[in-house]
Amino acid sequence: MSPPPAVDLGVRPDGPIPNPFAHGLRRSVGRWAGPGLAVTYLSLLVVLPLAALVSKAFTSGFGAFWQAVSQPEAVAALKLTLIASLIVATFNALAGLVIAWVLVRDDFRGKQAVNAMIDLPFALPTVVAGLTLLSLYGPDSIFHLNVADTKIGIVVALAFVTLPFSVRSVQPVLAELDREVEEAASSLGATSSVVLRRVILPGIAPAMLAGAGLAFARAVGEFGSVVLISGNLPFKTEVASSWIYSLSQSDQLSAAAAVSVVLVVVALLVLVAIGLLRRRFDIGESV
Amino acid sequence: MTVGALGLLAAAVSTAVFPAVAGATPSGSVSLVAYSTPKPAYAALIKAFNATSAGKNVTFSQSFGASGSQATAVANGLPADVVNFSLAPDMNKLVKAGIVSAKWSATPTKGMVTNSIVSFVVRPGNPKHITNWASLVKSGVSVITPNPFSSGSAKWNLMAAYGAQLALGKTRAQATAYLTQLLKHTAAQPSSASNALQTFLSGEGDVLLDYEDDALYAKSKGQAVSIVTPPQTILIQNPVAVPTKASNPAAARAFVAYLLSPAGQRVWGKQGYRPVLPKVASQFKFPTPKKLFTIDSLGGWTKVNTIFFTPSTGVVAKIEQGLGVSTSSS
Repeated sequence: MSPPPAVDLGVRPDGPIPNPFAHGLRRSVGRWAGPGLAVTYLSLLVVLPLAALVSKAFTSGFGAFWQAVSQPEAVAALKLTLIASLIVATFNALAGLVIAWVLVRDDFRGKQAVNAMIDLPFALPTVVAGLTLLSLYGPDSIFHLNVADTKIGIVVALAFVTLPFSVRSVQPVLAELDREVEEAASSLGATSSVVLRRVILPGIAPAMLAGAGLAFARAVGEFGSVVLISGNLPFKTEVASSWIYSLSQSDQLSAAAAVSVVLVVVALLVLVAIGLLRRRFDIGESV
Repeated sequence: MTVGALGLLAAAVSTAVFPAVAGATPSGSVSLVAYSTPKPAYAALIKAFNATSAGKNVTFSQSFGASGSQATAVANGLPADVVNFSLAPDMNKLVKAGIVSAKWSATPTKGMVTNSIVSFVVRPGNPKHITNWASLVKSGVSVITPNPFSSGSAKWNLMAAYGAQLALGKTRAQATAYLTQLLKHTAAQPSSASNALQTFLSGEGDVLLDYEDDALYAKSKGQAVSIVTPPQTILIQNPVAVPTKASNPAAARAFVAYLLSPAGQRVWGKQGYRPVLPKVASQFKFPTPKKLFTIDSLGGWTKVNTIFFTPSTGVVAKIEQGLGVSTSSS
């Protein structure tokens, strides 16, 4: 639930005392300038390209769109991508929680270093990540773990690139969580599993869901890290982004756009669904 | 003298032997857009060109990438004075876009600047005794070849395999059956030739199907690989052209003339490419396969692309689909 709007008493603890005459004008400019700027920027960077993508996908009509997305290669690739992304989002939501928990609640040497390391998958060019994963978990694996050319390889690569989302969305919420409530629950006789289930999880579930949603959306579009370790075998380990790349290479840009539209729509639906779920959680918490 | 006249002169000279562009030294910048493998070769070629009287005032901006993407980029407006692709259909994309003349192949070398062949790259010492196409489909042998729907190099590889079967006296149906066997033995189909080489070097597979020039380059860089020349293989032909809309046609034509000159062809040869000039080619000791065939002997790219590489309905798409369905259920 959003907090009730603060009553403006005309007293501002920080900043200069507002000029009562300029007040109204500046306020209305201020009120619109920010959102206006944000909307313009968003339009240029997100909305327009997505609109162009959709229009490209439908340049030859709905029939051509449907043909592109119902082609057996596309169906196989989309199915594989969505299932792998779902598995990764779920798995990383749990793994991310554990890592965030350790970083927030435990103290150990090198904690700061571990904390800084979490974001590194963001910084690594994904194709380098793919090569690294291939050398670690491929045929020459020093751990004798060979997941190259398998669906497990795809999940490993996706888990690597989406981990930061899962950790970073839970971590701040976990840090803010009121530990006195947990202590109170314990002192009233709640077992630690009850505390986890009834006190901690409801508090962080919205954040976990948000992290899972972002991880899922990132995973469906991932290309570089996956394409090397997956073996890219059509109908077996070829992910949607790779199929889209193939289409773009063979001069079928509208088909490529059509399959992309499916990915974007699925990611959008998942993000919206998670938004709705979070709202329910928030209300549930306050009741 | 106008720029157009200069261009005409250069064009006239370009079919001559050496770019002795008499009296008119081209200058300015040439933007070169090429597929990815000749990048190191172009470093050497540009250096050599700049040392000639025709090339001493020419500078270059260079762009290298997957052949198909590069062609698409130029079709979508990437400025280019010289384009060099891995296979003719990419050049034809630019003909369709009105950027390259439809007569690009009407030159003494049929529009081609380099040749190569499809080779087998194997582990040092050839532990799996890979000698011919039949040995690729023995049990326990795994093959790496790029994905034919995203990589031009993969198309060359598969057509080499198919044509080799025909050269061995097999029927078309038997050759298609061989392709099925080959793809069954394929452990990975990376998106491009360079990804395929990376995959192979990271330890996957027993054989990599690759451009001979790329294999020679990897070997020259100290990678632990051996190269086996198949007894029957396809002649890879890489096209070059100066777009009609080139912003610096004089310098571009002078450069292409150099690339096709005996001196330029010798540089290509040293970089692992088979020269297109027979006289220069004979100076190099490239292995001679028993049977070398061209894409034209298989019907030409337009026909081959339609029959083999159309998504969903092409021969290769059908094979991949069959293999995918049969193993994903297990």
